[in-house]
Amino acid sequence: MPSNDTTAPRIPFRKPLAINRRVIGALVLREMLTRYGRNNIGFLWLFVEPLLFTLVVISVKAAKIGVYGSAISGVAFAVTGWPALMLWRNMPNRCTGAVRSNRSLLHHRQVTIPDIFMARILVEFMAASTSFVFVTAGFYAVGSLMAPEDILKVIAAWCLLAWFGAGLALTVACLSERFTIIDNLWRPMSYVLMPLSGIAFLVENLPPGYQHIVMWVPMLNCVELLRDGWFGSLFHAYYDIGYVIVFNLCLSFVGLSLLRQVGLTPSDE
Amino acid sequence: MITLTNVCKDYPTRGGPRRVLHDINFTVGPGEKVGILGPNGSGKSTLIRLISGAEPLSGGTIERTMSVSWPLAFSGGFHAALTGADNVRFICRIYGVDYKPRFEFVKDFAELGIYLHEPVSTYSSGMKARLAFAISMTIDFDCYLIDEVQAVGDERFRERCREELFNKRNDKAKLIVSHSHTYLRDSCDRFLLLKNGTIEEYTRFEDAFFDYKAMIGEHFESKEDMIRRLEKQAARRAAAKEKAAKQKAVGA
Repeated sequence: MPSNDTTAPRIPFRKPLAINRRVIGALVLREMLTRYGRNNIGFLWLFVEPLLFTLVVISVKAAKIGVYGSAISGVAFAVTGWPALMLWRNMPNRCTGAVRSNRSLLHHRQVTIPDIFMARILVEFMAASTSFVFVTAGFYAVGSLMAPEDILKVIAAWCLLAWFGAGLALTVACLSERFTIIDNLWRPMSYVLMPLSGIAFLVENLPPGYQHIVMWVPMLNCVELLRDGWFGSLFHAYYDIGYVIVFNLCLSFVGLSLLRQVGLTPSDE
Repeated sequence: MITLTNVCKDYPTRGGPRRVLHDINFTVGPGEKVGILGPNGSGKSTLIRLISGAEPLSGGTIERTMSVSWPLAFSGGFHAALTGADNVRFICRIYGVDYKPRFEFVKDFAELGIYLHEPVSTYSSGMKARLAFAISMTIDFDCYLIDEVQAVGDERFRERCREELFNKRNDKAKLIVSHSHTYLRDSCDRFLLLKNGTIEEYTRFEDAFFDYKAMIGEHFESKEDMIRRLEKQAARRAAAKEKAAKQKAVGA
């Protein structure tokens, strides 16, 4: 018997949509229950984290060592920075190791590896979005944040960033499923990408020579778009939506291709 | 019907892929009870995992025209931080069945009391086994995969498992892996012996068991000799049981 007569991994993408929805729904609920619990305040951390960051930024501004344009309030700058970071960075963090810790669920025939990833990505998206909406609404209510100038730009930026996060999550998670070293490499890499993603600066404040270089970072484009939507009249935003879309398409393609390979490794349940 | 055609399974090792199952062919028809024998590490559980669909094949096909359960009494799917009730709810959700009546059944069968609403991480292994078995019984399948179901749990629990599986669900197909030969002999009508990654089929338990014993180095002179010994063993056990029961009666 030739040993290379392998059949493709059986990841039934085309099973009825209803089952898919049911399974992902169940996984999402399970995920939320385990993460936020039923009777503790785990859920509050969603809001405390960006609030803390905002406080730090405001105090930095108060100390007049700000790196951003002075016309922009510290609150506006912070609440458009940190939630965006949470959105794209937590998705890969949550997805690495997801298969390893959920592999036993694959004994249930309708649960597939894509379902497991999809559920985690969804939970992360909902968590980051809820946090973003509530924190900005809170600051708006107390009068320290203005309303966004162009809400459509904000939503577009948020969606592009979520798409990027999902593609990145699939790619990183599937790679780390194959090579454990990716798990170790991803963390330091995310710390390198963190400052580059525009959380603490505006492209317009950079020396022109560097502007072209940092524009290759897709998250930065999204954050600039997000800020353009919120307070675009106060600064000059730099972004290239076409570039982000092409980047996201490529990343999604890579992620989905890698996804087909997961599961060929031996189980370690 | 479950049909395995030329099923192969490789596991990667540092010295290249190692084939643990080689060209497995067999079918399980509706209502058939098939016992799987084989020494430790011969691939029994791997075979069960392949049939349940938890692992991809390295070659061949498995065709399922009836619904197949997850390996019975399998507790790996529990989330330790969730309560027993949450886990029941999760299973009901992914199978798209109504939660209420099944929850009542699990409550009665698993006998966990207030612990049903405590995290699974606080359970003893017996409690986990009871919960796992109870959950397994809430979903109706055409074929049940049973991997050492009686490994844990006490006498009474095993008795109740048997009642659920072989009396109430006697019309369902079953694929049973066990080291307990009396269990296999009493409950199966066909036997598969795993040998060096291949499979051999037997219709008589004695033939399968004779070859199995030879594989693990316990040679009997002949089949008759083996049967005689087994009968003697069984008689001894029955006598001991009777004696214990009598003593109990006297004590009471």
